[in-house]
Amino acid sequence: MIAELGLAALWLAAALATLQLLGGALAQTERGGALAGVVRPVAVVQGLLVLVAFACLIYVFAVTDLSVKLVALNSHSMKPLIFKIAGAWGNHEGSMLLWVTVMGLAGGFVALIERRLPERTMLATLAGQAFVSLGFYAFLLIASNPFERLSPAPAEGQGLNPLLQDLGLAFHPPTLYLGYVGLSIAFSFAIGALVTREVGPAFARAMRPWVLGAWIFLTLGITAGSYWAYYELGWGGWWFWDPVENASLMPWLAATALLHSVSVLASRDALRIWTVMLGVVAFSMSMVGTFLVRSGILTSVHAFAVDPERGSFILALLAINIGSALVLFALRAGTVSEGERFAPISREGALVINNVLLCAILGIVLFGTLYPLLAEAMGAQVSVGPPYFNPMSALFALPMLLVLAVGPMLRWRRDTFARVGKALVIPAMLVVAMGIGLVVFAKVALLPFLGLAMGVGLAWASVLPLRGRNLRRLPLAVWGMVFAHFGIAVALIGMSSESAFSVEKLVAVEVGDTTQVGPWKVRLAGIEPIAGPNWTALEADLAVIYGTDGAPTQLTPQSRTFWAPPQNTAESALLTRWNGQLYAVLGGEADDGRWQLRLWWKPFVPLIWIGGVLIALGGLLALLGRVANDVRRGVASDRIADRREGQRELEESRS
Amino acid sequence: MTASPAEPARAKGPRWAIWLPLAIFLAFVGLVAIGLFKPADHTVRSRLIGKPMPSFDLPPAQAGRKGLSSATLRDGKVHLVNIFASWCIPCRVESPQLGELAKAGVVIEGISVRDSADNLRTFLSENGDPYAGIGADDDGQVQLALGSSGVPETYVVDGKGIIRYQHVGEIRADQLAMILQKLQEAAL
Repeated sequence: MIAELGLAALWLAAALATLQLLGGALAQTERGGALAGVVRPVAVVQGLLVLVAFACLIYVFAVTDLSVKLVALNSHSMKPLIFKIAGAWGNHEGSMLLWVTVMGLAGGFVALIERRLPERTMLATLAGQAFVSLGFYAFLLIASNPFERLSPAPAEGQGLNPLLQDLGLAFHPPTLYLGYVGLSIAFSFAIGALVTREVGPAFARAMRPWVLGAWIFLTLGITAGSYWAYYELGWGGWWFWDPVENASLMPWLAATALLHSVSVLASRDALRIWTVMLGVVAFSMSMVGTFLVRSGILTSVHAFAVDPERGSFILALLAINIGSALVLFALRAGTVSEGERFAPISREGALVINNVLLCAILGIVLFGTLYPLLAEAMGAQVSVGPPYFNPMSALFALPMLLVLAVGPMLRWRRDTFARVGKALVIPAMLVVAMGIGLVVFAKVALLPFLGLAMGVGLAWASVLPLRGRNLRRLPLAVWGMVFAHFGIAVALIGMSSESAFSVEKLVAVEVGDTTQVGPWKVRLAGIEPIAGPNWTALEADLAVIYGTDGAPTQLTPQSRTFWAPPQNTAESALLTRWNGQLYAVLGGEADDGRWQLRLWWKPFVPLIWIGGVLIALGGLLALLGRVANDVRRGVASDRIADRREGQRELEESRS
Repeated sequence: MTASPAEPARAKGPRWAIWLPLAIFLAFVGLVAIGLFKPADHTVRSRLIGKPMPSFDLPPAQAGRKGLSSATLRDGKVHLVNIFASWCIPCRVESPQLGELAKAGVVIEGISVRDSADNLRTFLSENGDPYAGIGADDDGQVQLALGSSGVPETYVVDGKGIIRYQHVGEIRADQLAMILQKLQEAAL
């Protein structure tokens, strides 16, 4: 019954999305305003209905209703409840339903609260949102109905894969989805603004919180994904330029650029076309990323999410949504009037350079990700890895860091380097001192060398905007910027330090032997067999000592064997100190009774993820600041309206 | 650089520039459509077929018998190269089939991966020894060079040392005819 209810809700939501699209589109014509009044309420109800559908899906998963095909294929009665629930979106149909649910809810929310834009722009925006959603509804209802029944119902489900029962794996995709879908609202705003040619500060202010919110989720998703790959895969690396990682990085790069240009548009009414363009590109990158991951067109370590047939459906959706948006852009962009002008050396100028560089990196990542496809179309098989991505992205990232140091100090409209130069003397000296120090005391490759030197200077420069300000009265948005930029510096130092100073050691040791890796003494105290719920493992008991003194700490990497399905995994063990991490992996037993140990000492590596969290925190502060401002402004304008109303009544009563 | 605020950052580009994003996007759609509808073989094995065996020279896995080098595989005869290990259960499953092939006159060369001499001896005495020579690939380097995804894995190599067929996983009884067919094709 519940499954049918979910399906009915989904059909109704799709019907309402059609109505929302028609109403919003007709309102753009001369005499088509008849349906205009229903668009907002319809958007709200559509969001609620699709939420009902999603709740129904969660319910059938939670109770393991095996007569639903999706449940039978992807769940199992013996799974812990939390993984049953997470299983609802851990599969193709469910994840698409989650996607459209978030889209519907976000659209309903916008319809409910956004009152700053001209009504016609708002209606066009909601029509755009409905247009994108309809594609996904069609996909779900025609091609992959999540509520399809299976008759007769099997006695047990097929989804008891212990390796996929991982909290990180359960909540990582939805985090990224929230980011992707948040960008869909930015996309719809861009469509609405293009249709009505209302590209201005009001549009930017309406769009900004959504971009910020999406960007926060993307930042967190990427940071968490990177840490997960780092400790789970046991290879000691934290970023592999894997197509799936790139698929999440590309929307982030576009969203970062959008975030900055939307601020310029909101406060200075400049960069109109550019902002609209980025609004379209950011969501396009989300869809392209999802397509690349889901279609399995690029083979990758994330191959569990692969399904070639569905790829063509997503590709069709992609072509229709993005293609029509770009046609609209090309037709309308020429007629949008130019925004405010500014001098090259100004806050705007710095933000433009930052935007161009971000887009260049985006282009490099996109090209590198797709290059194997291109080569294959020409009959060659290649893979593109760090030797391409690292130097190419650094080529544009390093100048961007310079802009990042200087830009926030510049004034809007017009400024001179002479005015800000003095403040930048200290960071510049830090860069030089760090550089000299590295040359004298360590031998470091070029990229990490530049990263370390610039990272230190940037860390200092990023807090300079606080100088001379009353910290208690400083707007939250400025705090947000400082945190985020400081986070970039911190992450940069972590990345460079990891690649400059990591010490790796692969040794075969007998029980009782001691080996040295970096400043650590590692003694293999013993090897114990242990048993888990669905695995057995050999566990190494390592006694590790930092430096020469101190009590040893125990570290227990495992070599695990799962039996359903049979699979070997290495469970790495990590020991974190303030100045880095010791990373230990237990390998196999050699002939002579010695054990393979793989050890890394990675100085300051946690800074990478601490930086990521700081960046997200910066986004959160900015979002809170903006929303609080909006609310205050809303309350103020309500009060003014009330007062006027009161005044009018008073005057009327007098007359 | 106190220029007057003359030029906006977004200079008015040529008219066609505005169609550029669409053009790039269409190129993308075209590219992935080709990739999607004309699926090429993504597996590693297709890349090895028609390629020469990588060069290697493995010491004998057991005292007093032949090892295996890539030079041996270029001696004009067709070889069946079998990657195996004593610790691998499917290798036991396929050993009767290898025995059949050896009886049929096929020259089988073994590469024993990360194995010990003792275990190997036990394995061969329990499951039979169809191998003309066995090279000891103690660190799995040759296995990696061959792009082998695991053990067992079997290659048909022609007289010039060119890989003609790769068989992933154990050879089952009903696949013997197919393997013999591949061997005959390689001999032509």
